[in-house]
Amino acid sequence: MRLRTTSAVAGAAALALLTGCGAADMTKQASPFANAQGARTVTLSVQSWVGAQANVAVAQYLLEHELGYRVDTVQVDEVPAWDALSQGRVDAILEDWGHPEQEQRYVEDKKTITAGGDLGVTGHIGWYVPTYFAKQHPDVTDWKNLNKYADLLRTAESGGKGQLMDGSPSYVTNDKALVKNLDLDYQVVFAGSEAAQITQMKQFAKEKKPFLSYWYTPQWLTEKVPMTEVKLPPYKEGCDADPAEVACAYPVTPLQKYLNTGFAENGGSAAEFLRKFKWTTQDQNQVSLLIAEQKLRPEEAAKKWVDGHESVWKGWLS
Amino acid sequence: MATLTATAHKPAPPGILANRAVRKLLVLAVAAAVLAPVAATQWPGAAWPTALTVDLSEPLGRASDWIIDNRDSHPLFLYFFGHVSNVVVLAVRAVYLALLAVGWAGVTAVGALVAWRVAGVRLALGTAVAFLACGLLGMWVPTMQTLALMVVAVLASVVVGALLGLAAGLSDRMDRALRPVLDTMQVLPAFAYLLPVVLVFGIGVPAAVLATVVYAAPPMARLTSLGLRGADKEVLEAVESLGTTARQRLLTARIPLARKELLLGVNQTIMMALSMAVIASVIGAGGLGDRVYQALASVDVGAALAAGIPIVLLAVVLDRVTGAAGERLGGPGEAGKSPLTWLYLLLAAAAVAVAGRLGDFLDWPDGWELNIAEPVNRAVDWMTAHLYSDVPVVGGTADWAAHFTSWVLNPLRDGLQWLPWWSVLLVVAALAWLIGTWRTALTAVLAMAAIGVLGVWDPSLDTLSQVLAAVAVTLVIGFATGIAAARSDRFERLLRPVLDVFQTMPQFVYLIPVVALFGVGRAPAAAAAVVYALPAVVRITAQGLRQVDPAALESARSLGASSGQQLRQVQLPLARRSLLLAVNQGVVLVLAVVIIGGLVGGGALGYQVVFGLAQGDLAAGLVAGAAIVCLGLMLDRVTQPTERRTPKKGA
Repeated sequence: MRLRTTSAVAGAAALALLTGCGAADMTKQASPFANAQGARTVTLSVQSWVGAQANVAVAQYLLEHELGYRVDTVQVDEVPAWDALSQGRVDAILEDWGHPEQEQRYVEDKKTITAGGDLGVTGHIGWYVPTYFAKQHPDVTDWKNLNKYADLLRTAESGGKGQLMDGSPSYVTNDKALVKNLDLDYQVVFAGSEAAQITQMKQFAKEKKPFLSYWYTPQWLTEKVPMTEVKLPPYKEGCDADPAEVACAYPVTPLQKYLNTGFAENGGSAAEFLRKFKWTTQDQNQVSLLIAEQKLRPEEAAKKWVDGHESVWKGWLS
Repeated sequence: MATLTATAHKPAPPGILANRAVRKLLVLAVAAAVLAPVAATQWPGAAWPTALTVDLSEPLGRASDWIIDNRDSHPLFLYFFGHVSNVVVLAVRAVYLALLAVGWAGVTAVGALVAWRVAGVRLALGTAVAFLACGLLGMWVPTMQTLALMVVAVLASVVVGALLGLAAGLSDRMDRALRPVLDTMQVLPAFAYLLPVVLVFGIGVPAAVLATVVYAAPPMARLTSLGLRGADKEVLEAVESLGTTARQRLLTARIPLARKELLLGVNQTIMMALSMAVIASVIGAGGLGDRVYQALASVDVGAALAAGIPIVLLAVVLDRVTGAAGERLGGPGEAGKSPLTWLYLLLAAAAVAVAGRLGDFLDWPDGWELNIAEPVNRAVDWMTAHLYSDVPVVGGTADWAAHFTSWVLNPLRDGLQWLPWWSVLLVVAALAWLIGTWRTALTAVLAMAAIGVLGVWDPSLDTLSQVLAAVAVTLVIGFATGIAAARSDRFERLLRPVLDVFQTMPQFVYLIPVVALFGVGRAPAAAAAVVYALPAVVRITAQGLRQVDPAALESARSLGASSGQQLRQVQLPLARRSLLLAVNQGVVLVLAVVIIGGLVGGGALGYQVVFGLAQGDLAAGLVAGAAIVCLGLMLDRVTQPTERRTPKKGA
């Protein structure tokens, strides 16, 4: 036993020596992989959807080739990304779809995150059916008639009900509550990831099968598989305040950028650049299509876009 | 562990066993006859009664909020967790910077030289090729990040594990207290470890390292204790008679005598740490695992493979080198261990590193990268276009997955959920008691009941149905292959390297090919689980059959039994214990991967953990994590043969 006590004491002493005896605030500890070898590093959060990958690819390309930074990207889901951003483990989120609770906590109360302005792209979430299906049955585009089509939309995973396909569990969604509150004979089935959802939708479209899916714009797939939105009860300010009681459509969201406060203040030209980064839905879709459809690597896609749009990004650097 | 005491028992003759089994079943039947009507009238319906659940989401949600709000101000965080986190960050950073400073040429050279000294020329070449392949695939920096994290996690695990093992090896009371805990940790899926550390440390490297340490330290502790306790009594007595003190005996006799177990422990720890360091990408570990995770999220099989190959190479090299070091130490020849050769080695490594610095060989050169993602993706596209569905006669892989889902998984799940909850408990009790003792039965029933109390009865049964289906498939294929391997030497020789490689691969890697083949859903998750669990089942089956007493076989043969009869009537019954062990291992390994299957649409408990992490809704995730722990406990107890296994592979 004595051996253990001595080693424990030694361990504690070493720990104290190593760290100094003061307080250590772990919310201020950056990633151990950041700023290696004196390089100036920016860490960007990549979300799992392709549009966000397009933002990050272009920002990364310009930061590396025009401003001389080393860029690390980390895949973090939306909500944990706020926590990581607050702790400085990530420097910036380039596309946020609206998280009022986190905004209140980190931007208003703790002030560890600073708003970075509009991305320039407007997002909208909704329920969509493929246009070929909507043409056959025009009344499917109103939620009141959805129960009529539940049988047509049944799959192995949805059991006896119709299938409402959702993508990644991490995305902003009220679908389970909506199905319950609107009394729909549907089962929400999570594909697990957006890519899985896209694969599934493409398979359906190939065979011209009907499907009902959580989807959003801007999204490059709508150019490959034309889709029509199903009307939900109209959105009114505050109707989605209680997540369990939601019974209305999703809002139209101007997508936002957020920066870690420390980075926003001391990040130099990189922070300045990310603040000014602003482009249009078409620009984003163009890069997204290059990545997702033509299977270019993100940096190649970014290079292609950057080569053709000098006038746009020159403004971000000045 | 009550079952440990039973290791010495010979299998009882069938007559008595049957009697005892009948008696156990009778007791259960009486209990059921008394309790079931009460339960059925009090709480009707098949699902776990809501009156008996405890909703933990409220307090857990509050706890999680409190932690986030106080992480930068409360003394507990400032003076304890903050320092822990700080030390981890500093250590990982130091190792990472050192690796980068040595450069790719230096790291490769050092790796190869160390491998050469401890394991010989062939492994040295293998190591060098593996490192170069990581660079060629464009994964040098992620590989170094993973390596840095691994080095820190393995060192910490070895120290923690060795200390715990030392305590358990020297004190009987510690041993009794620690052993059940360590045994249980061995059977828990890696995913269950992630959430509690995230709750405290947030997403990032510190959480990843700590989860890895918790996961990888138990085998070291077990083997250290085993080694200390297994030391030759006569040698110890001889040392004692020389009038040594307890400490001298420990340092000069017991620890050196246990070095083989210690090295095996290090080997196990390294393998488990690698497995976990990759899975921990889900909580922000970065490195290779993160690349796989990103690629899986966009079903980019090519990119996932480019990151997966370095993981496999790293695993194989680390396993072989540490394994060879262990054998060499255990063996008679201990040449090449003199300090002088190590000095030369150090000098050579330093020379290469300096040369690398001067020759500007630090960063992997851009032009030397091989883009395998594109051709692989083209192959996968071709596969999905041609093999996915509507293949004449056999049907496509997606069709198989759909059939497996609607013909096997769905009925099984619906059947389980249709069973009244008390009957599920009864079945669990019966199975566990028949195969083990009343204690294992009690643990199993309590674990299952805890799942109900936590309010995740239905998703747990969903996960259970996936586990059962995957285990059934695993056992059919595994036993068949195992029997073939036991009967044909040539087949076994062919099989051995394949099994070796498959047994060292981290669980995460198995998700990549199944997504390519079967798309997304419960069927691919089950398929990955089958592939992951097969090697262990095949190996244990083959070993069990081969160890059957040759005299028994000989006498059967002389009585004119055909080879089929020999197998059925002699070999299989005599190898019963090994077969049970294979079932147990199969179940534990399948569960681990079915849970990770939540990342590729496996749903149920795995999905809830992913959901909890993804939405920052730790309450949901923690409840699911606890249910996974209970399910793992239950499955282990229900299939636990009366002999404890030695740890072979991370479960």
